[in-house]
Amino acid sequence: MTPRILVAGEGEGRPLALAEPLSFWGGFDAATGCVIDRHHPDHGRRLEGCVLFLARGRGSSSGSSVLAEAIRRGTAPAAIVLGAADGIVVTGALVAAMLYGRHCPVVLLPEAGWAAFLGAPLLAVSADAAGVRMVPREPAGLPRDQSTAPVSR
Amino acid sequence: MTLRPDDTQKAVRDGARGEAAALAFGLLERYAEAVGAERLLAIAGAHIDGCLYHGQVSLDFVRRFVDLGGRVAVPTTLNVGSIDLIHPEHFRGEAGLRRDGEALMHAHEALGCLPTFTCAPYQTIFRPRFGEQIAWGESNAIVFANSVIGARTERYGDFVDLACALTGLAPATGLHLAENRGAGVVFDLVDAPEDWDRNLLAVAVGAVVGSRTGERIPAITGLPGDLTEADLKALGATAASAGSVALFHAVGLTPEAPDLESALRGRTDIEREPVTGSELRAAVDRLSQVAPGTPITAVSLGTPHYSEAEFSTLMNLIAGPRAKVPIYVNTSRDIVEKIEKNGWLSDLASGGVSLVVDTCTYLGPVMAEAAGPMMTNSGKWAWYAPGNLGIDVAFGSLADCIASARAGRFVRA
Repeated sequence: MTPRILVAGEGEGRPLALAEPLSFWGGFDAATGCVIDRHHPDHGRRLEGCVLFLARGRGSSSGSSVLAEAIRRGTAPAAIVLGAADGIVVTGALVAAMLYGRHCPVVLLPEAGWAAFLGAPLLAVSADAAGVRMVPREPAGLPRDQSTAPVSR
Repeated sequence: MTLRPDDTQKAVRDGARGEAAALAFGLLERYAEAVGAERLLAIAGAHIDGCLYHGQVSLDFVRRFVDLGGRVAVPTTLNVGSIDLIHPEHFRGEAGLRRDGEALMHAHEALGCLPTFTCAPYQTIFRPRFGEQIAWGESNAIVFANSVIGARTERYGDFVDLACALTGLAPATGLHLAENRGAGVVFDLVDAPEDWDRNLLAVAVGAVVGSRTGERIPAITGLPGDLTEADLKALGATAASAGSVALFHAVGLTPEAPDLESALRGRTDIEREPVTGSELRAAVDRLSQVAPGTPITAVSLGTPHYSEAEFSTLMNLIAGPRAKVPIYVNTSRDIVEKIEKNGWLSDLASGGVSLVVDTCTYLGPVMAEAAGPMMTNSGKWAWYAPGNLGIDVAFGSLADCIASARAGRFVRA
């Protein structure tokens, strides 16, 4: 299962899969980077800087603006992985790139291929004409061999 | 997937229709490739959902095209904005938002868009015809155009809808193509609650279908044969809020579904899923965060924008005791002109109704009352107002709403 590029860019963050699809408009606050849809099981969760896994798009078509504004403000996810192509999410990311040169890569990867990435502490996503790379990483400054060692003072 | 524009389209890309159209073409091209289209098709009209101020990005985007001297290539209506330009005194937000919101609405007019400022462009003279290719934004308008009219549009987000309007083109994909418009699931209403009015039933069905259908186009059987256009509008708007529904087939009611066979476009392997009365009741209960008896501060109707027919229904209900809490009704400036000609404005005012035009009460600081709970008969308003306004919602039928406005508390029949 190969991820496909929808919007080019590079981003790195903790992988986060939402329990249900999210409408960015009415469901996400570009000022705080949090889920504000009270019907959503992830209500209150902060999406800023994560690699967001969404099964599909949902809800109002104003979602593109909210996502683009969040990318402009720096409160958006660092990258988005879609289980099914969604024009609303793609447009938000394209416009932020066009107006501000700020890139939030969007890639398409069916849900069946997510498991390999969701357990990683950090995930680096880069998408360009050459293809999509999704690389699990350890947190910066914390090499893998020390990450589980007891803390000494 | 690589897009293959024809020669006319290549000319737009290369600047034959100006720099703004060329820039719009670039965005459209990348969008079309992302959604897997191989060609573009000509559209007859567009509806732009970019007038709502979502932050600096909204204004930056439109001004880029204004600065390049852009003009829309097809008749283009505008969705609601953040400000009621007819009654700006209703606006209760900060001055900066008012300034930017107004600037955004006027910037769209500078591109040649029509100042309709309504989420229900199907209630204007620019209502599309059956089979017409259009590029519409605004989820309730999209589902109405596809389902109730049989026009053809994909779900456009803002930005792309304007790119379509500036180029007169849309990606040939999804619901633009007949072969993609057949139902992928059938929901059979098995025992709809008998005591409900039609509009309440429509909202409940919209909520259930919207949350269960996923990416599949739903066909619905068992709906009463006398559902009005207003009921189908409520069904679609709720389904598009609870899910991502852009087209539904109400069998026996909507134009592409005179019968189930037509709705399925020949497919026979479609799953049938029953929808029960208890599920519909539960869906309606979930739209309220407060219990009957709770005091309310206001009632909001008209999401999507009220039509002349809906005002006519309201006129019959508000004759009687004056409401204790205000009843806000969202509608368009065009519809207000019509009901003014009908001589309805004074009766509405004396019944406690405040009209809100060009915008919607759940979008921002329009109502005098900042705190809830507030009541509505709109599934869409009930869905979004808690997040947008930070209030609790009481949901019921239109008759419940008027009874509640008179009692000053949440009343449900």
